[in-house]
Amino acid sequence: MVYTPIEKLAQATPQPMAQKVRGLSDRAIAWIFVAPSIFLLLAVNIFPLIWTIRLSFTNFKVNRANRDIEFIGLRNYERILTDSDIWMTMQATAHFLIWTIVLQVLIGFALAYLINMKFKGNDLWTTIIVLPMMLSPAVVGNFWTFLYQPQIGLFNYVVTFFTGGDPSSFSMIGDVHLAPWAIVIADTWMWTPFVMLICLAGLRSIPDSIYEAAECDRASKWRQFWTITVPMVLPFLMLAVLFRGIENFKMFDLVVQLTGGGPGNTTTLTSIDLKREAFEKWRTGYSSAYAVILFVTVFGLASIYVKALNKVKER
Amino acid sequence: MRQFFNGLIGLRRGAWEILASTMIAVGVVMLMQPFLLGLFTYSFIVTLSGTVMFIIVSHFPE
Repeated sequence: MVYTPIEKLAQATPQPMAQKVRGLSDRAIAWIFVAPSIFLLLAVNIFPLIWTIRLSFTNFKVNRANRDIEFIGLRNYERILTDSDIWMTMQATAHFLIWTIVLQVLIGFALAYLINMKFKGNDLWTTIIVLPMMLSPAVVGNFWTFLYQPQIGLFNYVVTFFTGGDPSSFSMIGDVHLAPWAIVIADTWMWTPFVMLICLAGLRSIPDSIYEAAECDRASKWRQFWTITVPMVLPFLMLAVLFRGIENFKMFDLVVQLTGGGPGNTTTLTSIDLKREAFEKWRTGYSSAYAVILFVTVFGLASIYVKALNKVKER
Repeated sequence: MRQFFNGLIGLRRGAWEILASTMIAVGVVMLMQPFLLGLFTYSFIVTLSGTVMFIIVSHFPE
């Protein structure tokens, strides 16, 4: 008699265990399989979140763990939300967030639109464009630090080639007005390919028959673009904005490597500030409250965004 | 507009979700605006209220 692998496995199960399993309902067996994942999720995600919320109401300092923990109510939140330095940090984050998303969406969509047109060397160009995304943010940070060097950096030479003047007359990462743009440019260079890939997936999912029908109705290319291409790629674009928005809200490594938050505090984003409070000043309770504020902001934004995304998909 | 208020009174999901979303959006704008520190101070409570409201009203009937 020939047994299937499942039958062989069933026969190999020890008799006492087989009897126990036979007595369980399907629901119970399903729970047994799912339980380890749920336990892991609770241990890794939910427990630290609840612990952080608890710590945010205390004066706990992790470098003085033996000291009595005092419950101080909402004082940490009050301090954060009346601190003008944190307010400036929020503005720096907003500047970074808005401009990176705008530039990445515009350039990413334009590149995807061009790549989607079948031409010779199409695949090679896609590979070349996607390369920056594959690099480590620390490498990109270092790389752009050299590009922005006023004396030897290529960036200054390219800019002054078009505008005239001396290449060493300005410093992208040393000037308080230019440094916020320096991090925007580096992040845009690195992450535009990601937006491009998502847009490309959207463009390639549009059936040719829709364009053919529009051609039959004598719709112009411009009208086809606005009434077919844009609405059909919109859910993909919104997804890209969601991913980049959440990712850039907690941007850390690239900016630390590039400017270290300076000059002054002009490029100190919230995540950099949070890290300083938590692991340089060791104000654990205070930084927990800071983290909770950021979490609620991102969670709230993501909630309305996912709702909007579902509405667009339903259309 | 009238439909929106009727939705609020009748505890309809759509109207309450619009209200919650608006509160979240206003809270985030208050958090990141460069004009008034006072708005920044009250931004968190507005965002938090909107987020909690959003979670609750998403269980309301359509």
